[in-house]
Amino acid sequence: MAKIKLAKDKVEKLIEICKSFNNEGSELINVLHKAQGTFGYLPAEVQEVIARELGVSVAHVYGVVTFYSFFTMVPKGEFPISICMGTACYVRGAEKVLEEFKKQLKVPIGETTEDGKFSISCLRCVGACGLAPVVTIGERTYGRVSAGDVADILKEYRN
Amino acid sequence: MHILICGGTGCRASKSELIQTNLEDALKAKGLEDEVQVVTTGCFGFCEKGPIVKILPDNTFYIEVKPEDATEIVEEHIVKGRQVMRLLYTDPDKKETVSDAKNMGFYKKQIRIALRNCGFINPENIEEYISRDGYGALGKCFEMTPQDVIDIIKKSGLRGRGGGGFPTGLKWEFASKNEADQKYVVCNADEGDPGAFMDRSILEGDPHSVLEAMAICGYTMGADKGVIYIRAEYPLAIERLKVAIGQAREYGLLGKDILGSGFNFDVEMRYGAGAFVCGEETALIHSMEGLRGEPTVKPPFPAESGYNGKPTNVNNVETFANVPVIINKGADWFSAIGTDKSKGTKVFALAGKINNVGLIEVPMGTTLREVIYEIGGGIKDGKKFKAVQTGGPSGGCLTERHLDTPIDFDNLLAVGSMMGSGGMIVMDEDDCMVSMAKFYLDFTVEESCGKCTPCRVGNKRLYELLDKITEGKGTREDIDLLRNLSAVIKDTSLCGLGQTSPNPVLSTIENFYDEYMAHVDDHKCVAGQCKALMQYVVDPELCVGCTLCARNCPVDCITGERKEAHVIDVEKCIKCGACMDKCKFNAISIQ
Ligand SMILES: Cc1cc2nc3c(=O)[nH]c(=O)nc-3n(C[C@H](O)[C@H](O)[C@H](O)COP(=O)(O)O)c2cc1C
Ligand code: SF4
Ligand code: SF4
Ligand code: SF4
Ligand code: FES
Ligand code: FES
Repeated sequence: MAKIKLAKDKVEKLIEICKSFNNEGSELINVLHKAQGTFGYLPAEVQEVIARELGVSVAHVYGVVTFYSFFTMVPKGEFPISICMGTACYVRGAEKVLEEFKKQLKVPIGETTEDGKFSISCLRCVGACGLAPVVTIGERTYGRVSAGDVADILKEYRN
Repeated sequence: MHILICGGTGCRASKSELIQTNLEDALKAKGLEDEVQVVTTGCFGFCEKGPIVKILPDNTFYIEVKPEDATEIVEEHIVKGRQVMRLLYTDPDKKETVSDAKNMGFYKKQIRIALRNCGFINPENIEEYISRDGYGALGKCFEMTPQDVIDIIKKSGLRGRGGGGFPTGLKWEFASKNEADQKYVVCNADEGDPGAFMDRSILEGDPHSVLEAMAICGYTMGADKGVIYIRAEYPLAIERLKVAIGQAREYGLLGKDILGSGFNFDVEMRYGAGAFVCGEETALIHSMEGLRGEPTVKPPFPAESGYNGKPTNVNNVETFANVPVIINKGADWFSAIGTDKSKGTKVFALAGKINNVGLIEVPMGTTLREVIYEIGGGIKDGKKFKAVQTGGPSGGCLTERHLDTPIDFDNLLAVGSMMGSGGMIVMDEDDCMVSMAKFYLDFTVEESCGKCTPCRVGNKRLYELLDKITEGKGTREDIDLLRNLSAVIKDTSLCGLGQTSPNPVLSTIENFYDEYMAHVDDHKCVAGQCKALMQYVVDPELCVGCTLCARNCPVDCITGERKEAHVIDVEKCIKCGACMDKCKFNAISIQ
């Protein structure tokens, strides 16, 4: 098995998470949710520790991580921006909003700006369709966003 | 007196929590904090006009309330008994204010069964649920044999609300007849249809109704474990469910020997991780087991071999939410509502180019026209209706001529769409139907689990063909190819995702053939949405030569002298639309 390069305290934290689910292989998805909640993402080293602790193959863990779009192997920005591309938002112009974010931040979907501040991703319906188009940044939700609002929204986070 | 504040996701995004804090502060300032109760509820449905605040007992319905309005509501309405007129809803036809929601067009045609408590109770307080007959149905069931309960559900005609419309009572009966040492009740709260939020709102607004129904289901089939599989993207619903499960345990309504009946039942939660296909029941079960959520061939059905290989009954959130009422009010009461083969009501998430976006519940048999015009308040900005999409990525786009179709499972199938889980998206003249089909295929391509070739590769090809058409490079042969390929994908895919994924393509070709032809023959997109087919032009009659457009064009392709008509160089134009947005004289249009 590949050498694990994670800091010791992080490895311990992971061992603890696995233990809280009784080290059961069938709890893999719950463990991954917890681990991503703690580390922000699931790099290969984290997956290796989880595989070892739950007694399953690394390939199995990797297979699950890559199957579900909620799990990510790359770190998100300090302020992760998600543009809702659900149908309700799409028909109310979400595409233009997405284009504007991409243009202003100069990064494509799924990537993080060089300074690590912002990352852009798309999601499908956050359940606030009444406010379409919807954008979420971290815990905050912005409704009825138009391309013209993008600069102002970003300004809130820039300094 | 009670002040109810919407705590649904939509209204929360518009600061409804702050409204609550401000109301409480304002009440305190007047020394009224003990007399007036402030309650956070689930979604009222009228999300378009949120945040909603409702005052009881006089039923005053305030819309678009801002945190700063709190003091006025308390000082005027609560203290002086005078309604705050500017926060009332104005009927767009009669131009009169309406203060009681019952008299608003949006609510008039609705019957609320699954949503009965949403917007009425505090979902985080089990007492409020109990005071509205909550857990009474469970108690009633304990006085009957499991088969009696199954018979009531069968007789009521309740069909699954998750999309398939399978008779619920029959499903329960299958699961009850399969002997095993362990059985499971699963609630499907994966709600993958993008643009739909029915299940979410029920779980956020009335979580106990689902818990109660799961326990009833467990009683009928002899299962003592329930699992709710819920999307991780629904943090508020997860939180409220956790609270509800905790309270139900505390009250002895979940756990061992419920209400002294000797029946044990408990519920736990599992989280989805952003895969639409996990809504399919076999995939959902694999995901619950910690595996990749790939569907498997049925049979065996979950009722024979499901979670951990044990008999499992999977139902949708809304299906469950109907159950306690049916037990309480009887099968005949329920089956009197609806159409011949579809009983009761259906919740829809009404969205898109419609005035009243929101969550509605209507009796089966209501027409699309009633939903769009009477409840939905018609098309936004006075535009022309073009299509309504039901059934999400598995459904179809219906047109003007389908508007008088009474909505039920069979009618929607007959016109080439489907009920689906309840997404209803309205489109207007600015929406291009080819692009719409492409949008859904983009979704399917991303969400296909990849297990079978027709779905994994076929849908990609469909997407590419649609993309080619929207780029103005399509031919008539491509339309035939779309049709043939669609038929193959439908026939040969393993699960419901692939079997229905070509529906948006087929229904748009069927209902909007002219639009496809215009794309391939004339290279025109009548909706003006396909960028490659658009040309920005200046109307020399309307242009006053103010130069604003030229100064805003990012590629400097607009020329013209001051006070003279300007011209766009269509070769250089990158179709960004900036000029059209800027022109104050509507001189620039798309052709
Ligand atoms: C691709 C696909 C996605 C589905 N998504 C959901 C869903 O999000 N929610 C749901 O309740 N049912 C969904 N279903 C239907 C389920 O497989 C299953 O039929 C349903 O949960 C049964 O519950 P019901 O009988 O109460 O409708 C989906 C089916 C398919 C094929
Ligand atoms: S039809 Fe599509 S989603 Fe369903 S099993 Fe096949 S590849 Fe997977
Ligand atoms: S902004 Fe409009 S009116 Fe002014 S020059 Fe351009 S086209 Fe003419
Ligand atoms: S659409 Fe954009 S690029 Fe084209 S003329 Fe107008 S401003 Fe210039
Ligand atoms: S589609 Fe964007 S919030 Fe529902
Ligand atoms: S979220 Fe408040 S009315 Fe729907």
